[in-house]
Amino acid sequence: MRAQRLLVFGGIALIAGGMLFGDIFAVFVLHQNGGETGAALLAATKAVAAQNPAAVKETFARIGGLLEDRGTKVDTHVHMADAGYLALLLALVQPYVAFSPGRKKFLAKLFLVGGVLLPIGIFLIHYVGLAYSPSSVIGWASILADSAGALMIVALFGEAWGLLNYFRSRPAVESELPQDRSWESRVLLSGGTVLVLLGFLYGAWYAGVNLYEQEAREAKIFSTMLDSAVANSSAAAESVNAYGMLAAEKAVEIAAHSHIIEFGLLAILLSFIQPYVFLRDVWKRRWVMLLLAGSVILPIFVLLELRFGLIAGGIADIGGVMVIVALVGMLVGILRYSGSLDVRAGGLS
Amino acid sequence: MSRARKVLIFGGIALAAFGMLYGLYYAVFVEHQTLDQMGGSLAAAFVDAAQRNMPESHMALDAYASTKYDYVRQVDVHSHWIGLAMLMIVMGAAFDRLGFGQRIQLAIAWGLLTGSVLFPLGVILQTVGHGSAFASAAAILGSGLVIIALAVTAVGFVRERTASQ
Repeated sequence: MRAQRLLVFGGIALIAGGMLFGDIFAVFVLHQNGGETGAALLAATKAVAAQNPAAVKETFARIGGLLEDRGTKVDTHVHMADAGYLALLLALVQPYVAFSPGRKKFLAKLFLVGGVLLPIGIFLIHYVGLAYSPSSVIGWASILADSAGALMIVALFGEAWGLLNYFRSRPAVESELPQDRSWESRVLLSGGTVLVLLGFLYGAWYAGVNLYEQEAREAKIFSTMLDSAVANSSAAAESVNAYGMLAAEKAVEIAAHSHIIEFGLLAILLSFIQPYVFLRDVWKRRWVMLLLAGSVILPIFVLLELRFGLIAGGIADIGGVMVIVALVGMLVGILRYSGSLDVRAGGLS
Repeated sequence: MSRARKVLIFGGIALAAFGMLYGLYYAVFVEHQTLDQMGGSLAAAFVDAAQRNMPESHMALDAYASTKYDYVRQVDVHSHWIGLAMLMIVMGAAFDRLGFGQRIQLAIAWGLLTGSVLFPLGVILQTVGHGSAFASAAAILGSGLVIIALAVTAVGFVRERTASQ
């Protein structure tokens, strides 16, 4: 398999894997983790009321563990999908990377190995902790994740070096991705650009209207929570609830912003590799429509979770599954394309 | 390859590498310490309250809010630099399908590159001086440039589509 196809295949697999992980996380971990964090915070306010600093410290150690558990899982999801996006991007510029096919393939493998190990390392951070670590701050899982990140950076610099070589010496370009003007390609390109634009507009609105207000609200909630706990008032529990609501509000708004942009980017990227999807036109169109529909459903229903609760959350998860199914469908098409090339080259004979 | 595509692809790769280097530096030297400081301040606020030292408790809460203000922006800078870089590279690959001439394409490319550098830079500068008007202006200008450039790009793709029909 050439470097370009390796990156296309690896990239889509990483994105589908990252999204599947995200869906599993959303269904089985996210809400449960939020509930446990709220309960621990309530226990902390009770310890404050009881003037028990030792219990407060114990509770905060538990909250720290819960936040690390959640944070590393979010990061696993994000980094796996983003490594996939970068792999697809690198696939696009491969014709201009002036290296031998062997060296290009080596760089592609280096990048993909880093892209797989980085999220694995991040995922393990919570479970490995500082066990047998030479450092008092960074554990072995962090070292694995950072080393994998460094591998990806080296591969990226290698690709940039190859591009510079191309512009210095202008060697003959190996075959570019076919210039596709098909219906699927055009719909993915324009639909993806509109999704990214909507995500940017929403992000700008969020930063201008909500970000500072939410930061100020959080400080006020904590202040009220502590004052109420000291006064042994029931208002402390109300503050814990208010904090939970604020955390949920922030989480869904940021998730809507990031997911709509990432899906837009994914759609644009997929528009370039449609010639590699070796399926009948009707199926290619089905996967395109499913992907775009899921890309709109997920962020909208993530936002609606605050108003409609778990029903909206469930629909958002279905949106995620739609995108994953469309990606796997396209991946099968790419596998069929690779297979057809192998047959033509006599690779399977 | 047109000049606009070169600006987008080279600018994007450079920005992605820079964003990843920043992320690596941040993960190794800053993040764990910042998280410890953030968690420590919040825990200290509760411990002080349990000991009925309310002035210290509120000071610890202020320290928590200040550290979190920085943390949110430091993480945002990493993700936005890389995200915008990826968008630039993708746009670089698609730019020959834009229904505009070379000069407009080049102007959009420079707008995207300038905005993609300026927006996260403004965000990270907000951590140097909280509430800095200059930093906020840079972030707003950068994000505005990216949004305008992207909106014009979307129009360009629609024009290409119309022309091809």
